[in-house]
Amino acid sequence: MHHFSVSELSRGLAKGEYSSVELTQHYLNRIKQLDSKLNSFITVCEEQALEAAQAADLNRQHQKGGPLSGIPIAQKDIFCTQGIKTSCGSKMLDNFIAPYDATLVHHCQQAGMVLLGKTNMDEFAMGSSNETSFYGPVRNPYQVDLIPGGSSGGSAAAVAARFSPIATGTDTGGSIRQPAALCNLTGIKPTYGRISRYGMIAFASSLDQAGLLAQSAEDAALVLGVVAGFDDKDSTSVDLPVPDYTASLHQPLKGLKIGLPKEYFDDTLNPEMAQKMEAVITVLKGQGVHFKEISLPSSPLSVAVYYVVAPAECSSNLSRYDGVRFGYRCDNPVDLNDLYTRSRSEGFGAEVKRRIMIGTYVLSAGFYDAYYVKAQKVRRLIQNEFMAAFEGVDCILGPTTPNPAFGLGTKISNPIDMVLSDLYTISANLAGLPALSMPAGFIDGLPVGAQLMGPHFSEARLLNIAHQYQQVTNWHKRLPEGF
Amino acid sequence: MSIEHPTSINQQTVEKIARLAKLQFKESDLQNNINKLSEMLALIAEVHQANTDNLEPLAHPLESMIQRLRTDQVTETDEHILFQAIAPSVAAGLYLVPTVIEA
Repeated sequence: MHHFSVSELSRGLAKGEYSSVELTQHYLNRIKQLDSKLNSFITVCEEQALEAAQAADLNRQHQKGGPLSGIPIAQKDIFCTQGIKTSCGSKMLDNFIAPYDATLVHHCQQAGMVLLGKTNMDEFAMGSSNETSFYGPVRNPYQVDLIPGGSSGGSAAAVAARFSPIATGTDTGGSIRQPAALCNLTGIKPTYGRISRYGMIAFASSLDQAGLLAQSAEDAALVLGVVAGFDDKDSTSVDLPVPDYTASLHQPLKGLKIGLPKEYFDDTLNPEMAQKMEAVITVLKGQGVHFKEISLPSSPLSVAVYYVVAPAECSSNLSRYDGVRFGYRCDNPVDLNDLYTRSRSEGFGAEVKRRIMIGTYVLSAGFYDAYYVKAQKVRRLIQNEFMAAFEGVDCILGPTTPNPAFGLGTKISNPIDMVLSDLYTISANLAGLPALSMPAGFIDGLPVGAQLMGPHFSEARLLNIAHQYQQVTNWHKRLPEGF
Repeated sequence: MSIEHPTSINQQTVEKIARLAKLQFKESDLQNNINKLSEMLALIAEVHQANTDNLEPLAHPLESMIQRLRTDQVTETDEHILFQAIAPSVAAGLYLVPTVIEA
Protein backbone atom coordinates (compact mmCIF):
# COMPACT_ATOMS: atom_id res chain seq x y z
CA MET A 1 0.00 0.00 0.00
CA HIS A 2 2.86 2.38 0.77
CA HIS A 3 4.07 2.10 -2.84
CA PHE A 4 0.98 3.94 -4.01
CA SER A 5 0.87 7.64 -4.74
CA VAL A 6 -1.78 9.90 -3.23
CA SER A 7 -3.81 9.78 -6.47
CA GLU A 8 -3.59 5.95 -6.55
CA LEU A 9 -4.59 5.71 -2.88
CA SER A 10 -7.53 7.99 -3.55
CA ARG A 11 -8.76 5.65 -6.28
CA GLY A 12 -8.09 2.59 -4.11
CA LEU A 13 -10.13 4.02 -1.25
CA ALA A 14 -12.95 5.03 -3.60
CA LYS A 15 -13.10 1.49 -5.02
CA GLY A 16 -13.12 -0.03 -1.55
CA GLU A 17 -9.88 -1.95 -2.11
CA TYR A 18 -8.89 -1.03 1.45
CA SER A 19 -10.22 1.24 4.19
CA SER A 20 -8.65 4.42 5.58
CA VAL A 21 -8.19 2.62 8.87
CA GLU A 22 -6.22 -0.19 7.18
CA LEU A 23 -4.18 2.32 5.24
CA THR A 24 -3.47 4.47 8.29
CA GLN A 25 -2.56 1.45 10.43
CA HIS A 26 -0.19 0.32 7.68
CA TYR A 27 1.72 3.63 7.77
CA LEU A 28 1.69 3.74 11.57
CA ASN A 29 3.20 0.22 11.64
CA ARG A 30 5.92 1.25 9.19
CA ILE A 31 6.78 4.27 11.32
CA LYS A 32 6.96 2.10 14.44
CA GLN A 33 9.12 -0.53 12.78
CA LEU A 34 11.44 1.60 10.69
CA ASP A 35 11.60 5.23 11.83
CA SER A 36 14.32 4.50 14.39
CA LYS A 37 16.62 4.29 11.34
CA LEU A 38 15.71 7.79 10.16
CA ASN A 39 14.30 9.79 13.12
CA SER A 40 11.88 11.52 10.73
CA PHE A 41 9.03 11.98 13.25
CA ILE A 42 9.03 13.98 16.48
CA THR A 43 5.44 13.07 17.42
CA VAL A 44 3.31 10.24 16.08
CA CYS A 45 -0.43 10.81 16.55
CA GLU A 46 -1.61 7.21 16.58
CA GLU A 47 -4.92 7.66 18.36
CA GLN A 48 -5.98 10.80 16.52
CA ALA A 49 -4.93 9.29 13.20
CA LEU A 50 -7.06 6.19 13.65
CA GLU A 51 -10.04 8.29 14.78
CA ALA A 52 -9.72 10.50 11.72
CA ALA A 53 -9.40 7.41 9.51
CA GLN A 54 -12.56 5.92 11.04
CA ALA A 55 -14.42 9.19 10.41
CA ALA A 56 -13.24 9.16 6.79
CA ASP A 57 -14.42 5.56 6.34
CA LEU A 58 -17.82 6.47 7.78
CA ASN A 59 -18.08 9.45 5.46
CA ARG A 60 -17.27 7.26 2.48
CA GLN A 61 -20.04 4.85 3.46
CA HIS A 62 -22.43 7.80 3.26
CA GLN A 63 -20.96 8.98 -0.05
CA LYS A 64 -19.46 12.01 1.63
CA GLY A 65 -15.87 13.27 1.57
CA GLY A 66 -13.71 14.39 -1.33
CA PRO A 67 -10.79 12.73 -3.15
CA LEU A 68 -8.35 13.31 -0.28
CA SER A 69 -10.62 12.00 2.46
CA GLY A 70 -8.85 9.29 4.44
CA ILE A 71 -5.43 9.93 2.88
CA PRO A 72 -2.66 10.14 5.50
CA ILE A 73 -0.36 13.15 5.67
CA ALA A 74 2.58 14.15 7.87
CA GLN A 75 2.85 17.77 9.01
CA LYS A 76 6.20 19.50 9.54
CA ASP A 77 6.45 20.32 13.23
CA ILE A 78 6.36 24.03 12.42
CA PHE A 79 2.58 24.01 11.89
CA CYS A 80 0.45 24.48 14.98
CA THR A 81 -1.80 21.48 15.56
CA GLN A 82 -4.40 22.00 18.27
CA GLY A 83 -3.85 19.87 21.36
CA ILE A 84 -0.71 18.34 19.87
CA LYS A 85 2.89 19.20 20.70
CA THR A 86 4.36 21.65 18.19
CA SER A 87 8.06 21.95 18.86
CA CYS A 88 9.56 23.58 15.76
CA GLY A 89 12.50 21.22 16.40
CA SER A 90 13.49 23.27 19.46
CA LYS A 91 13.93 22.86 23.21
CA MET A 92 12.26 26.28 23.41
CA LEU A 93 8.95 24.71 22.37
CA ASP A 94 9.47 21.18 23.68
CA ASN A 95 6.61 21.78 26.15
CA PHE A 96 4.37 23.71 23.73
CA ILE A 97 0.95 22.19 23.07
CA ALA A 98 -0.56 24.36 20.36
CA PRO A 99 -3.92 25.87 21.39
CA TYR A 100 -5.08 26.20 17.78
CA ASP A 101 -4.63 24.74 14.30
CA ALA A 102 -2.70 26.44 11.55
CA THR A 103 -4.95 27.31 8.61
CA LEU A 104 -3.06 24.81 6.44
CA VAL A 105 -3.70 22.07 9.04
CA HIS A 106 -7.36 23.06 9.17
CA HIS A 107 -7.66 22.78 5.37
CA CYS A 108 -6.09 19.30 5.42
CA GLN A 109 -8.53 18.26 8.14
CA GLN A 110 -11.51 19.69 6.29
CA ALA A 111 -10.45 17.65 3.26
CA GLY A 112 -10.53 14.56 5.50
CA MET A 113 -6.80 13.94 5.47
CA VAL A 114 -5.44 11.85 8.33
CA LEU A 115 -2.67 13.39 10.43
CA LEU A 116 -0.04 10.70 11.04
CA GLY A 117 2.28 12.90 13.07
CA LYS A 118 4.69 15.87 13.20
CA THR A 119 7.93 15.60 11.37
CA ASN A 120 11.43 16.47 12.51
CA MET A 121 13.08 19.62 11.23
CA ASP A 122 16.03 21.95 11.71
CA GLU A 123 15.41 24.12 14.75
CA PHE A 124 13.09 27.02 13.87
CA ALA A 125 13.60 26.06 10.21
CA MET A 126 17.20 27.27 10.31
CA GLY A 127 19.41 24.81 8.54
CA SER A 128 20.00 22.84 5.36
CA SER A 129 20.76 19.40 6.77
CA ASN A 130 18.28 18.68 9.59
CA GLU A 131 21.23 18.45 12.01
CA THR A 132 20.22 21.35 14.25
CA SER A 133 17.04 19.75 15.65
CA PHE A 134 16.76 19.40 19.42
CA TYR A 135 15.44 15.90 18.70
CA GLY A 136 18.54 14.72 16.87
CA PRO A 137 19.42 14.61 13.19
CA VAL A 138 17.31 13.00 10.51
CA ARG A 139 18.95 10.52 8.14
CA ASN A 140 18.60 10.14 4.40
CA PRO A 141 16.78 6.89 3.48
CA TYR A 142 18.97 6.53 0.37
CA GLN A 143 22.09 6.31 2.56
CA VAL A 144 21.59 6.62 6.29
CA ASP A 145 24.96 8.20 7.09
CA LEU A 146 23.99 11.15 4.89
CA ILE A 147 21.76 14.13 5.57
CA PRO A 148 18.29 14.33 4.03
CA GLY A 149 18.54 18.08 3.57
CA GLY A 150 16.76 20.71 5.61
CA SER A 151 15.01 22.27 7.17
CA SER A 152 12.09 20.01 6.10
CA GLY A 153 14.34 16.95 6.43
CA GLY A 154 11.88 14.92 8.49
CA SER A 155 9.08 15.41 5.96
CA ALA A 156 11.44 14.53 3.10
CA ALA A 157 12.77 11.38 4.78
CA ALA A 158 9.26 10.28 5.79
CA VAL A 159 7.85 10.53 2.27
CA ALA A 160 10.99 9.11 0.63
CA ALA A 161 10.78 6.05 2.90
CA ARG A 162 7.02 5.97 2.37
CA PHE A 163 6.17 6.42 6.05
CA SER A 164 3.60 8.87 4.70
CA PRO A 165 2.37 9.30 1.11
CA ILE A 166 2.85 13.07 1.30
CA ALA A 167 4.02 15.69 3.79
CA THR A 168 4.01 19.42 4.30
CA GLY A 169 7.09 21.54 4.60
CA THR A 170 8.14 25.17 4.71
CA ASP A 171 10.64 26.97 2.55
CA THR A 172 12.44 30.20 3.47
CA GLY A 173 15.68 29.71 1.49
CA GLY A 174 15.14 26.26 -0.03
CA SER A 175 13.91 24.15 2.87
CA ILE A 176 11.39 22.21 0.78
CA ARG A 177 13.20 22.06 -2.53
CA GLN A 178 16.65 21.10 -1.28
CA PRO A 179 15.50 18.11 0.85
CA ALA A 180 13.15 17.11 -1.98
CA ALA A 181 16.13 17.00 -4.35
CA LEU A 182 18.30 15.03 -1.92
CA CYS A 183 15.52 12.51 -1.20
CA ASN A 184 14.12 11.95 -4.71
CA LEU A 185 10.87 13.84 -4.22
CA THR A 186 8.87 16.54 -5.94
CA GLY A 187 8.91 19.58 -3.68
CA ILE A 188 6.99 22.75 -4.34
CA LYS A 189 7.29 26.17 -2.75
CA PRO A 190 4.40 28.24 -4.13
CA THR A 191 4.35 32.00 -4.66
CA TYR A 192 4.69 34.03 -1.47
CA GLY A 193 1.19 34.57 -0.10
CA ARG A 194 -0.37 31.60 -1.92
CA ILE A 195 -0.69 29.46 1.23
CA SER A 196 -1.67 31.02 4.55
CA ARG A 197 1.07 31.48 7.15
CA TYR A 198 -1.41 31.64 10.04
CA GLY A 199 -0.26 29.11 12.61
CA MET A 200 3.02 28.48 10.79
CA ILE A 201 5.73 29.38 13.26
CA ALA A 202 7.54 32.36 11.81
CA PHE A 203 11.22 32.41 10.89
CA ALA A 204 11.54 35.17 8.26
CA SER A 205 8.14 36.63 7.51
CA SER A 206 8.84 38.07 4.04
CA LEU A 207 10.46 34.81 2.87
CA ASP A 208 8.57 31.95 4.59
CA GLN A 209 6.13 29.92 2.55
CA ALA A 210 4.44 26.59 3.16
CA GLY A 211 4.53 23.84 0.57
CA LEU A 212 4.60 20.13 -0.11
CA LEU A 213 7.01 17.21 -0.38
CA ALA A 214 5.34 14.69 -2.67
CA GLN A 215 5.97 11.55 -4.67
CA SER A 216 5.04 13.30 -7.90
CA ALA A 217 3.84 16.55 -9.45
CA GLU A 218 0.36 15.05 -9.71
CA ASP A 219 0.24 14.41 -5.96
CA ALA A 220 1.54 17.91 -5.23
CA ALA A 221 -1.13 19.38 -7.53
CA LEU A 222 -3.91 17.47 -5.74
CA VAL A 223 -2.98 18.64 -2.26
CA LEU A 224 -1.89 22.17 -3.26
CA GLY A 225 -5.45 22.78 -4.43
CA VAL A 226 -6.66 22.08 -0.90
CA VAL A 227 -4.11 24.03 1.13
CA ALA A 228 -3.77 27.14 -1.07
CA GLY A 229 -6.10 30.09 -0.81
CA PHE A 230 -6.88 33.39 0.79
CA ASP A 231 -6.99 33.59 4.58
CA ASP A 232 -8.09 36.77 6.31
CA LYS A 233 -6.10 35.70 9.38
CA ASP A 234 -2.86 36.19 7.40
CA SER A 235 -2.40 39.77 6.29
CA THR A 236 0.10 38.67 3.64
CA SER A 237 -2.28 36.09 2.18
CA VAL A 238 -3.17 36.84 -1.43
CA ASP A 239 -6.81 37.14 -2.42
CA LEU A 240 -6.67 35.34 -5.76
CA PRO A 241 -8.72 32.31 -6.79
CA VAL A 242 -7.05 28.90 -6.53
CA PRO A 243 -7.05 27.15 -9.92
CA ASP A 244 -7.56 23.41 -10.29
CA TYR A 245 -3.87 22.50 -10.48
CA THR A 246 -4.69 19.00 -11.73
CA ALA A 247 -6.63 20.28 -14.74
CA SER A 248 -3.57 21.71 -16.47
CA LEU A 249 -1.17 18.84 -15.70
CA HIS A 250 -1.85 17.22 -19.07
CA GLN A 251 -1.22 20.23 -21.28
CA PRO A 252 1.47 19.50 -23.86
CA LEU A 253 4.71 21.43 -23.44
CA LYS A 254 5.19 22.20 -27.14
CA GLY A 255 6.28 25.77 -27.69
CA LEU A 256 7.16 26.55 -24.06
CA LYS A 257 10.29 28.63 -23.59
CA ILE A 258 12.57 27.81 -20.65
CA GLY A 259 15.50 30.01 -19.64
CA LEU A 260 18.88 28.63 -18.55
CA PRO A 261 20.74 31.19 -16.40
CA LYS A 262 24.36 31.28 -17.49
CA GLU A 263 25.34 31.96 -13.87
CA TYR A 264 23.96 28.52 -12.90
CA PHE A 265 25.65 26.65 -15.75
CA ASP A 266 29.17 28.03 -15.51
CA ASP A 267 32.32 25.98 -14.94
CA THR A 268 31.81 25.95 -11.15
CA LEU A 269 28.87 23.54 -11.64
CA ASN A 270 29.78 19.98 -10.65
CA PRO A 271 30.35 18.19 -14.02
CA GLU A 272 28.18 15.23 -13.00
CA MET A 273 25.37 17.62 -12.08
CA ALA A 274 25.84 19.41 -15.40
CA GLN A 275 25.41 16.04 -17.13
CA LYS A 276 22.16 15.36 -15.28
CA MET A 277 20.86 18.79 -16.23
CA GLU A 278 21.79 18.15 -19.89
CA ALA A 279 19.73 14.97 -19.73
CA VAL A 280 16.71 16.87 -18.32
CA ILE A 281 17.05 19.47 -21.08
CA THR A 282 17.20 16.72 -23.72
CA VAL A 283 14.00 15.12 -22.41
CA LEU A 284 12.15 18.45 -22.32
CA LYS A 285 13.38 19.35 -25.81
CA GLY A 286 11.90 16.05 -26.94
CA GLN A 287 8.59 17.28 -25.54
CA GLY A 288 8.74 20.44 -27.64
CA VAL A 289 10.32 22.88 -25.17
CA HIS A 290 12.68 25.58 -26.48
CA PHE A 291 15.64 26.62 -24.36
CA LYS A 292 17.33 29.99 -24.27
CA GLU A 293 20.32 31.27 -22.33
CA ILE A 294 19.40 34.06 -19.93
CA SER A 295 21.33 36.01 -17.35
CA LEU A 296 20.61 36.74 -13.70
CA PRO A 297 23.74 38.81 -13.01
CA SER A 298 22.98 39.52 -9.34
CA SER A 299 22.21 35.91 -8.45
CA PRO A 300 25.72 35.35 -6.99
CA LEU A 301 24.76 37.94 -4.35
CA SER A 302 21.59 36.10 -3.33
CA VAL A 303 23.26 34.18 -0.50
CA ALA A 304 24.69 37.37 1.02
CA VAL A 305 21.33 39.16 0.72
CA TYR A 306 19.54 36.22 2.29
CA TYR A 307 21.96 36.09 5.22
CA VAL A 308 21.20 39.72 6.00
CA VAL A 309 17.43 39.64 5.50
CA ALA A 310 16.57 36.24 6.99
CA PRO A 311 18.53 36.63 10.24
CA ALA A 312 17.21 40.18 10.61
CA GLU A 313 13.62 38.99 10.35
CA CYS A 314 14.36 35.95 12.52
CA SER A 315 15.83 38.10 15.28
CA SER A 316 12.59 40.05 15.32
CA ASN A 317 10.30 37.01 15.13
CA LEU A 318 12.17 35.07 17.80
CA SER A 319 12.03 37.93 20.28
CA ARG A 320 8.63 36.54 21.32
CA TYR A 321 10.40 33.61 23.01
CA ASP A 322 11.03 35.21 26.37
CA GLY A 323 10.01 32.59 28.91
CA VAL A 324 6.96 34.63 29.97
CA ARG A 325 3.84 33.41 28.19
CA PHE A 326 4.68 29.99 26.76
CA GLY A 327 7.61 27.76 25.93
CA TYR A 328 10.79 27.15 27.88
CA ARG A 329 11.45 29.08 31.08
CA CYS A 330 14.76 28.79 32.94
CA ASP A 331 14.79 27.67 36.58
CA ASN A 332 14.85 30.25 39.40
CA PRO A 333 15.30 33.47 37.44
CA VAL A 334 16.60 36.22 39.76
CA ASP A 335 15.09 39.13 37.83
CA LEU A 336 13.32 39.84 34.54
CA ASN A 337 16.51 40.27 32.54
CA ASP A 338 17.82 36.97 33.88
CA LEU A 339 14.51 35.32 32.94
CA TYR A 340 14.75 36.55 29.37
CA THR A 341 18.45 35.90 28.92
CA ARG A 342 18.71 32.46 30.44
CA SER A 343 15.42 31.20 28.98
CA ARG A 344 16.57 32.21 25.53
CA SER A 345 20.17 31.07 25.91
CA GLU A 346 19.16 27.69 27.32
CA GLY A 347 16.15 27.23 25.04
CA PHE A 348 17.74 28.02 21.68
CA GLY A 349 20.43 25.94 19.95
CA ALA A 350 23.71 27.29 18.60
CA GLU A 351 22.64 27.93 14.99
CA VAL A 352 19.50 29.81 16.03
CA LYS A 353 21.49 31.97 18.46
CA ARG A 354 24.05 32.70 15.76
CA ARG A 355 21.35 33.88 13.33
CA ILE A 356 19.70 36.00 16.00
CA MET A 357 23.09 37.62 16.62
CA ILE A 358 23.66 38.36 12.92
CA GLY A 359 20.14 39.71 12.62
CA THR A 360 20.46 41.90 15.68
CA TYR A 361 23.77 43.23 14.37
CA VAL A 362 22.47 44.20 10.92
CA LEU A 363 19.46 45.92 12.44
CA SER A 364 21.42 47.75 15.12
CA ALA A 365 22.04 51.48 15.17
CA GLY A 366 24.82 52.43 12.82
CA PHE A 367 24.51 49.32 10.67
CA TYR A 368 20.84 49.30 9.66
CA ASP A 369 21.31 51.34 6.47
CA ALA A 370 24.61 49.75 5.54
CA TYR A 371 23.33 46.19 5.80
CA TYR A 372 19.58 45.76 6.04
CA VAL A 373 18.46 48.56 3.75
CA LYS A 374 21.29 47.82 1.31
CA ALA A 375 20.35 44.12 1.23
CA GLN A 376 16.71 45.02 0.53
CA LYS A 377 17.85 47.14 -2.41
CA VAL A 378 19.89 44.25 -3.81
CA ARG A 379 16.80 42.11 -3.24
CA ARG A 380 14.89 44.44 -5.58
CA LEU A 381 17.70 44.13 -8.13
CA ILE A 382 17.40 40.34 -7.97
CA GLN A 383 13.62 40.48 -8.38
CA ASN A 384 13.90 42.97 -11.26
CA GLU A 385 16.29 40.62 -13.08
CA PHE A 386 13.80 37.76 -12.78
CA MET A 387 10.96 39.97 -14.05
CA ALA A 388 13.08 41.00 -17.04
CA ALA A 389 13.97 37.35 -17.75
CA PHE A 390 10.29 36.34 -17.68
CA GLU A 391 9.59 38.82 -20.50
CA GLY A 392 11.35 36.37 -22.79
CA VAL A 393 10.82 32.93 -21.18
CA ASP A 394 7.95 31.12 -19.47
CA CYS A 395 10.08 29.74 -16.68
CA ILE A 396 13.65 29.06 -15.63
CA LEU A 397 15.48 25.74 -15.16
CA GLY A 398 18.56 24.95 -13.13
CA PRO A 399 19.97 22.47 -10.64
CA THR A 400 18.29 22.49 -7.22
CA THR A 401 21.55 21.87 -5.32
CA PRO A 402 25.24 21.99 -6.26
CA ASN A 403 25.75 18.36 -5.17
CA PRO A 404 23.89 15.30 -3.86
CA ALA A 405 23.52 14.66 -0.11
CA PHE A 406 26.61 15.07 2.05
CA GLY A 407 27.70 13.18 5.18
CA LEU A 408 26.19 13.84 8.61
CA GLY A 409 28.55 16.01 10.61
CA THR A 410 30.66 17.08 7.63
CA LYS A 411 29.43 20.67 7.26
CA ILE A 412 27.73 21.51 10.56
CA SER A 413 30.88 23.14 11.98
CA ASN A 414 31.33 25.18 8.84
CA PRO A 415 28.35 27.50 8.41
CA ILE A 416 29.67 29.03 5.19
CA ASP A 417 29.90 25.66 3.42
CA MET A 418 26.42 24.84 4.66
CA VAL A 419 24.90 28.10 3.39
CA LEU A 420 26.39 27.64 -0.07
CA SER A 421 24.26 24.52 -0.55
CA ASP A 422 21.31 26.93 -0.85
CA LEU A 423 22.90 28.80 -3.74
CA TYR A 424 20.23 27.97 -6.34
CA THR A 425 17.16 28.00 -4.16
CA ILE A 426 17.46 31.26 -2.24
CA SER A 427 16.63 33.68 -5.08
CA ALA A 428 13.08 32.36 -5.46
CA ASN A 429 12.35 33.24 -1.82
CA LEU A 430 13.87 36.71 -2.19
CA ALA A 431 11.71 37.41 -5.25
CA GLY A 432 8.63 35.60 -3.88
CA LEU A 433 8.51 33.32 -6.94
CA PRO A 434 7.02 29.83 -7.09
CA ALA A 435 9.65 27.11 -7.46
CA LEU A 436 9.61 23.35 -7.72
CA SER A 437 12.26 20.63 -7.53
CA MET A 438 11.72 17.38 -9.39
CA PRO A 439 13.80 14.19 -9.36
CA ALA A 440 16.39 14.35 -12.16
CA GLY A 441 18.46 11.23 -11.72
CA PHE A 442 21.14 9.78 -9.50
CA ILE A 443 24.84 10.50 -8.94
CA ASP A 444 26.67 7.58 -7.30
CA GLY A 445 23.32 6.16 -6.24
CA LEU A 446 22.17 9.43 -4.65
CA PRO A 447 19.21 11.45 -5.94
CA VAL A 448 19.54 14.94 -7.41
CA GLY A 449 16.89 17.39 -8.49
CA ALA A 450 16.20 19.93 -11.21
CA GLN A 451 14.54 23.19 -10.21
CA LEU A 452 11.91 25.14 -12.11
CA MET A 453 11.11 28.75 -11.17
CA GLY A 454 8.27 30.73 -12.67
CA PRO A 455 6.59 34.15 -12.52
CA HIS A 456 4.34 34.87 -9.56
CA PHE A 457 1.31 32.53 -9.43
CA SER A 458 2.54 30.20 -12.19
CA GLU A 459 2.38 27.09 -9.98
CA ALA A 460 0.08 25.37 -12.47
CA ARG A 461 2.67 25.72 -15.24
CA LEU A 462 5.52 24.40 -13.07
CA LEU A 463 3.45 21.39 -12.03
CA ASN A 464 2.46 20.83 -15.67
CA ILE A 465 6.10 20.75 -16.79
CA ALA A 466 7.14 18.44 -13.95
CA HIS A 467 4.17 16.12 -14.61
CA GLN A 468 4.93 15.88 -18.32
CA TYR A 469 8.61 15.19 -17.50
CA GLN A 470 7.45 12.47 -15.08
CA GLN A 471 5.33 10.84 -17.79
CA VAL A 472 8.52 9.97 -19.74
CA THR A 473 10.99 9.42 -16.88
CA ASN A 474 10.97 7.11 -13.88
CA TRP A 475 13.34 8.75 -11.43
CA HIS A 476 10.47 9.74 -9.14
CA LYS A 477 9.31 6.12 -8.86
CA ARG A 478 12.63 4.82 -7.50
CA LEU A 479 12.58 3.86 -3.82
CA PRO A 480 15.40 3.65 -1.28
CA GLU A 481 16.56 0.15 -0.36
CA GLY A 482 15.79 -1.23 3.06
CA PHE A 483 12.45 0.54 3.43
CA MET B 1 38.87 46.70 6.14
CA SER B 2 36.33 49.47 5.80
CA ILE B 3 35.14 50.86 9.11
CA GLU B 4 31.70 51.44 7.60
CA HIS B 5 31.49 47.81 6.50
CA PRO B 6 33.47 45.79 9.02
CA THR B 7 34.18 42.20 8.05
CA SER B 8 35.12 41.00 11.50
CA ILE B 9 33.67 41.39 14.91
CA ASN B 10 35.35 41.85 18.31
CA GLN B 11 34.43 40.66 21.77
CA GLN B 12 33.01 44.02 22.83
CA THR B 13 30.61 44.07 19.89
CA VAL B 14 29.57 40.45 20.46
CA GLU B 15 28.78 41.29 24.09
CA LYS B 16 26.77 44.38 23.10
CA ILE B 17 24.77 42.48 20.46
CA ALA B 18 24.17 39.63 22.91
CA ARG B 19 22.76 42.12 25.42
CA LEU B 20 20.43 43.56 22.78
CA ALA B 21 19.31 40.07 21.77
CA LYS B 22 18.94 38.92 25.39
CA LEU B 23 21.41 36.10 24.89
CA GLN B 24 24.47 35.05 26.83
CA PHE B 25 27.37 32.82 25.85
CA LYS B 26 29.73 30.74 27.92
CA GLU B 27 33.27 32.10 28.11
CA SER B 28 34.49 28.89 26.48
CA ASP B 29 32.18 29.43 23.47
CA LEU B 30 32.94 33.10 23.00
CA GLN B 31 35.95 32.83 20.67
CA ASN B 32 34.20 30.23 18.50
CA ASN B 33 31.21 32.55 18.23
CA ILE B 34 33.42 35.51 17.38
CA ASN B 35 35.07 33.46 14.61
CA LYS B 36 31.82 32.16 13.12
CA LEU B 37 30.15 35.58 13.27
CA SER B 38 33.18 37.15 11.59
CA GLU B 39 32.96 34.60 8.79
CA MET B 40 29.29 35.37 8.26
CA LEU B 41 30.02 39.09 8.31
CA ALA B 42 32.61 38.67 5.57
CA LEU B 43 30.01 36.78 3.50
CA ILE B 44 27.22 39.32 3.95
CA ALA B 45 29.58 42.21 3.24
CA GLU B 46 29.30 41.10 -0.42
CA VAL B 47 26.00 43.02 -0.61
CA HIS B 48 28.09 46.19 -0.81
CA GLN B 49 29.42 45.08 -4.22
CA ALA B 50 26.13 45.82 -5.97
CA ASN B 51 25.27 49.16 -7.49
CA THR B 52 21.88 50.02 -6.00
CA ASP B 53 21.69 53.68 -7.03
CA ASN B 54 18.09 54.80 -7.52
CA LEU B 55 16.68 51.53 -6.18
CA GLU B 56 14.14 51.41 -3.38
CA PRO B 57 14.42 48.62 -0.77
CA LEU B 58 12.16 45.60 -1.38
CA ALA B 59 10.71 44.60 1.97
CA HIS B 60 7.89 42.47 0.61
CA PRO B 61 8.09 40.44 -2.61
CA LEU B 62 4.53 41.24 -3.76
CA GLU B 63 4.53 45.02 -3.49
CA SER B 64 1.73 45.39 -6.00
CA MET B 65 -0.54 43.69 -3.44
CA ILE B 66 -1.40 46.46 -1.03
CA GLN B 67 -1.28 45.69 2.69
CA ARG B 68 -4.84 44.81 3.56
CA LEU B 69 -6.71 46.66 6.27
CA ARG B 70 -9.86 45.47 7.99
CA THR B 71 -12.71 47.36 9.58
CA ASP B 72 -11.99 48.43 13.15
CA GLN B 73 -14.36 46.02 14.80
CA VAL B 74 -13.87 43.54 17.64
CA THR B 75 -14.05 40.05 16.18
CA GLU B 76 -12.06 37.93 18.63
CA THR B 77 -13.33 36.56 21.93
CA ASP B 78 -11.45 36.46 25.22
CA GLU B 79 -9.62 33.12 25.27
CA HIS B 80 -7.05 33.88 27.93
CA ILE B 81 -7.93 30.75 29.91
CA LEU B 82 -7.11 28.59 26.89
CA PHE B 83 -3.92 30.46 26.06
CA GLN B 84 -2.73 30.73 29.65
CA ALA B 85 -3.16 26.99 30.21
CA ILE B 86 0.29 26.58 28.68
CA ALA B 87 1.96 29.51 30.46
CA PRO B 88 4.83 28.81 32.89
CA SER B 89 3.29 30.86 35.70
CA VAL B 90 -0.02 32.68 35.91
CA ALA B 91 -2.31 34.05 38.63
CA ALA B 92 -5.56 35.96 38.31
CA GLY B 93 -5.16 36.13 34.54
CA LEU B 94 -1.72 37.71 34.85
CA TYR B 95 1.63 36.25 33.75
CA LEU B 96 3.98 36.09 36.72
CA VAL B 97 7.60 37.16 36.30
CA PRO B 98 10.41 37.93 38.78
CA THR B 99 11.05 41.45 40.12
CA VAL B 100 10.95 44.13 37.48
CA ILE B 101 11.27 47.21 39.65
CA GLU B 102 13.07 47.00 42.96
CA ALA B 103 11.16 48.22 45.99
